Amino acid sequence: MPDPDSQATPDPSPLRVLVDLNRCQAYAQCCYAAPAHFAIEGREALFYDPAPPAGMRAEIERARISCPVQAIRVEVPGQGLL
Amino acid sequence: MSAAASPDRAVVVGSGLAGLRGAEAMRRAGFTGSLTLVGAEAHRPYDRPPLSKHVLTGAVAADATTLPSLVPLEAEWRLGTAATGLDRKNARVHLADGSSLPYDRLLIATGTRARAWPNPHEGRLAGVHTLRSREDAAALRGALAAGQRRVLVIGGGFIGCEMASACAALGIPVTLVEPSATPLARVLGTHLGDVIGAMHAARGVEMRCGTEVEWLEDDGRGRVVRAHLAGGGHVETDLVVVALGAVRNTEWLADSGLGADAGGLDCDADGHALDSEGRADTRIAAAGDVARFPHPLYDGRRVALEHWGHAVAQAEHAGRLLAGRRPDRPYAAVPTFWSTQHGINIKSVGLTEGADGFVIAQGSPKEGRFLAVYGRAGRCIAALSIDCARWLPAYAAQVAARAPFPPIRGATDQPADLAVLPPGFP
Ligand SMILES: Cc1cc2nc3c(=O)[nH]c(=O)nc-3n(C[C@H](O)[C@H](O)[C@H](O)COP(=O)(O)OP(=O)(O)OC[C@H]3O[C@@H](n4cnc5c(N)ncnc54)[C@H](O)[C@@H]3O)c2cc1C
Ligand code: SF4
Repeated sequence: MPDPDSQATPDPSPLRVLVDLNRCQAYAQCCYAAPAHFAIEGREALFYDPAPPAGMRAEIERARISCPVQAIRVEVPGQGLL
Repeated sequence: MSAAASPDRAVVVGSGLAGLRGAEAMRRAGFTGSLTLVGAEAHRPYDRPPLSKHVLTGAVAADATTLPSLVPLEAEWRLGTAATGLDRKNARVHLADGSSLPYDRLLIATGTRARAWPNPHEGRLAGVHTLRSREDAAALRGALAAGQRRVLVIGGGFIGCEMASACAALGIPVTLVEPSATPLARVLGTHLGDVIGAMHAARGVEMRCGTEVEWLEDDGRGRVVRAHLAGGGHVETDLVVVALGAVRNTEWLADSGLGADAGGLDCDADGHALDSEGRADTRIAAAGDVARFPHPLYDGRRVALEHWGHAVAQAEHAGRLLAGRRPDRPYAAVPTFWSTQHGINIKSVGLTEGADGFVIAQGSPKEGRFLAVYGRAGRCIAALSIDCARWLPAYAAQVAARAPFPPIRGATDQPADLAVLPPGFP
């Protein structure tokens, strides 16, 4: 995951990812699909990257589709919802 | 349709989570008129929950939580411009830049702000923070990344607890001061609040419950150095986070004739705004943290919820309503909430207020993994899950159905007897 405190130029238009954590059941399927951007912390707390780089689109899309409770939403800025 | 003859203008005031989802719901429900979103903040709607969690630890950048749009809005955005008044007679919203917007349908979603430290001089000292916005989170992240000798968190609600948890994760010494006997006492009661407090203490948070910060001392150059506690004693600190809850953003409605105060804007069961006499204004609906409404699950008690899931669900309801869809039943979504502290997943459904007992229905607090069900007058009213989320939907259904309390049994890993305990609300 990029270090947000670093001075590196940010991705111009990263994806916008949102997980409904009320709905999430920590099944972790998203974590297998895109391990760099979804992770289970502790026993069952999902951590996700809300702004993965646009180049990760295929992995993020796999994560979205694999979620058994459809808790993941992804927008490609300028192109709409995946 | 007589679209050309009557201009149809929708205005959304407050472009946070509820404003965005409400606007989307209007479009989804077929609203084709003009749509304007007014927002005091200069940003597109963004998500707040990460601000008190991974933004503080540095895993997520403060400006990385822009919300995805779920529907093309084709809206005009008036960002960085607060609404300053509502003139219902002429159906206009007045804005801070002196302009005004006419409306035929109005969604009010101005949310809340962090309650300030009661002493304004002390509240302005360098090193004294609150946490609500992206900028607040960026400032706190900057201060934490620079290293602190000791952080002092004032208030043991959810945001205070998450703040303390982030400090612990970063290895920064942190003290949490809470006037009640335990953190989260108002929401969970002191019995389970104590379990949460022990969880924090075990991970290095210095818990100072049952006392209050009386005043903040500065170094003579405007920077906080010390907090003085009621009854003597003090905490040396260079970063103070005031986490004393939220105040509803209703001041701009003061002359509108609507029933609004610091506790929220009153709505009827459909979500229409009520005037100060209790009459519905059917051109106006409200949603999210700002709305106070009678909840059917709780005998019509008026509640104002500060929950992410509620902001979404009520905004969708209000958006459909404003688009002209008559709801077949009043808004009655079961309140849901989550928080993560020290990697522990805390989830709740329902409202615990007024509970006269609770049971541990799954797991055990000793193992740090359990599900508690709260009851009132023989009905299930809420459930709390600590690292037990897979059990929650079953109990959520019982809360939604107002099932008899204590809840039905039958699961294999339930404790032997469901002893009903007093929640211990302060
Ligand atoms: C740090 C933090 C962490 C949270 N964590 C969780 C969590 O883990 N789980 C959970 O369930 N909930 C959580 N919440 C609560 C959740 O974020 C809120 O319930 C949600 O943001 C409410 O959305 P809203 O749109 O009603 O209000 P807001 O998000 O407050 O949006 C209202 C918007 O209206 C704007 N506004 C105010 N007055 C005016 C005006 N006069 N004119 C124009 N615009 C105006 C504000 O600037 C703001 O942008 C958290 C909140 C915070 C602050
Ligand atoms: S796949 Fe879905 S339910 Fe599972 S952890 Fe990811 S978001 Fe949660």
